[in-house]
Amino acid sequence: MVELVISGNYAQSYAAKLARVHVVSAYPITPQTSIVEKLAEFVASGELHAEYIKVESEHSALQACISASALGARTYTATSSQGLLLMHELLHWAAGARTPVVMGVVNRAVAPPWSIWTDHTDTVAQRDTGWIQFYGESNQEVLDTTLMAFRLAEHPEVRLPTMVTEDAFYLSHTVEPVDIPSQEEIDRFLPPRERSATLEVGTAMRLGSFTGPDLYMEFRHKIAAAMGRARDVFLEIEDDYARLTGRNHGGPLPTYKVDDADTVLVTMGTATTTAKGVVDAMRADGHKVGLAKLRTFRPFPVQELRELAGGVDRIGVLDRSFTFGAAGAAFTEVAGALYSLPQRPVLRDFVAGLGGRDITATTVREALLDLLTRDGPEAAWVELKRRDGGD
Amino acid sequence: MARLTIPAEELVRSGHSACPGCGATLVMRYLLKGVGNRAIVTVPACCWTVIGTPFPTTALDVPMLDCAFEATGASISGLRAAADQLGLKDVTIVGFAGDGGTVDIGLQALSGMLERRTDGIYVMYDNEAYMNTGVQRSGATPEGAWTTTTPVDEFSRGKLEPKKDIMAIVAAHRPAYAATVNVAFPEDFVKKVQKAKAIKGPRFVHALAPCPPGWRYSSEKTIEIGRLATDTNMFPLYEIEDGVYRITRKLGVAKPVRDYLKTQGRFAHLGETEVAQIQAEVDARWKRLLALETLV
Repeated sequence: MVELVISGNYAQSYAAKLARVHVVSAYPITPQTSIVEKLAEFVASGELHAEYIKVESEHSALQACISASALGARTYTATSSQGLLLMHELLHWAAGARTPVVMGVVNRAVAPPWSIWTDHTDTVAQRDTGWIQFYGESNQEVLDTTLMAFRLAEHPEVRLPTMVTEDAFYLSHTVEPVDIPSQEEIDRFLPPRERSATLEVGTAMRLGSFTGPDLYMEFRHKIAAAMGRARDVFLEIEDDYARLTGRNHGGPLPTYKVDDADTVLVTMGTATTTAKGVVDAMRADGHKVGLAKLRTFRPFPVQELRELAGGVDRIGVLDRSFTFGAAGAAFTEVAGALYSLPQRPVLRDFVAGLGGRDITATTVREALLDLLTRDGPEAAWVELKRRDGGD
Repeated sequence: MARLTIPAEELVRSGHSACPGCGATLVMRYLLKGVGNRAIVTVPACCWTVIGTPFPTTALDVPMLDCAFEATGASISGLRAAADQLGLKDVTIVGFAGDGGTVDIGLQALSGMLERRTDGIYVMYDNEAYMNTGVQRSGATPEGAWTTTTPVDEFSRGKLEPKKDIMAIVAAHRPAYAATVNVAFPEDFVKKVQKAKAIKGPRFVHALAPCPPGWRYSSEKTIEIGRLATDTNMFPLYEIEDGVYRITRKLGVAKPVRDYLKTQGRFAHLGETEVAQIQAEVDARWKRLLALETLV
């Protein structure tokens, strides 16, 4: 193990290298670019023995990974925002054909207006594609989670593509000390991919076949079942990783000071770190507030949320995206997960930090104070600038 | 006359679900006879998605990987990269796409694959329209042809634009090898595929695939119409190796294109002037091809 001061992007690159990926297929997009640049350097220097396919678009980047994965290769790509949207069709292909591609995504707002800054709309919009989704809070967590993602994606009980996301610039370009496990440690944790359910040369078989109404539903159900198993498999993998490195990032829904809390804020990504400070400060003022972080958005941590919600009066959800015509995506998911509880807490939806607007301690405090004092179903757009008399 | 022996081994099974007289099925059949069984075929959305038969059956004795409509070139690159990394050195990677998936929506991925110098064979089977979705025009539909999106009526005379010259587009990328083949000339077809197989680098095969329902002719006429396509210079047979052109079937005097056009319902509406225009276009392209052949 060695400690390096690196960006979240380089954390992704180092993880892919340690995973000994066979094939990297990539296209540059801000602010993802340095992930694939670093991987190009690793391949160029011989530190990583992989095929590096320089493609002409993100769409082709993912198709190349899917096809390589179909033949049994361990594959990695990375993208962001518009690039992810261009891949959208192929996200469905990867999950439907059960190819365990791992992808780093730097969360970035979508245009128009052009914005290169943090926002979760790009990945939240992919929630129905069958990909496992992790949201990173620190560069260390990004590196560790990416390594775990390979084992999870390739697990025979799962076999689903997996993305590990990180907030643009807050993580992608901010350097932090990161423990890099040794290659020997990771070789023990992540053995070479087993070539099962992959194309076999000389054999009559078809992958990604077509089918009629008599079987399509069963194919989809198999994806649903695999996603259902992913949670338990991930917990095992995380235990294993913790035994190896001493680090456990807390499963799909890590919590902070919730044991005696009556009010909990649900966050995703880097806003969590800021929110922890606010929770500390508000606790000093006598408020029994706590925090829960959606580390996985797919599979959604329904079980963990229900257990948490059973003991609290109020839950606020801080959304860094908005589903127009409805509410924040995380909010609707939380509300859906809790609806069947006999006694439901009051729920509030806070939309904040779109397009890279800083989510400051004041932002979080404003949301939490609102949560403590008000009910109401409408989403509150926190710190929205308004012209007098207008929207 | 010395004749090439076409391999007897069949890698297309009899249980496919093609229409009677389907040219695209013959393209796959001759292609695999030429490539052999150490191949992986990646297929985007096209007639062969259906011809290949639904889960859990398959019409091929080699593995087949479905890919996205516009992504055949990228799929070939991904398979090649994985094969190289996994030590599967003797496997031939073949992309098998229709004309729409190649000259239209898949052109970008094809260009990327050629530019990357991917070691693989891209086969475009050309039935000159989106036949899988019911005969809509593609960039490869010839001028004058009726399709459901270029109808023939008071204000419409079929497709107005000439066929997109995919071989010229491919040639501009300087592939290792490119060839046109026609199911009506199976020996030339298999010979070119065997030649392509032996060459490293990006290779492209443009295969004419007559389509009875789409071209509106009776299904037993596929080979006859295919022969006319080449013998009228509508679809010349040639190859490009390291930039050098070679025409592989050259008649002293070509038959008039009228002989070809009159065999198919899709051209039935064409008048003398329109036929003359098509003849002029075919003559010009043939002349240009002859000139290209003289360049070294």
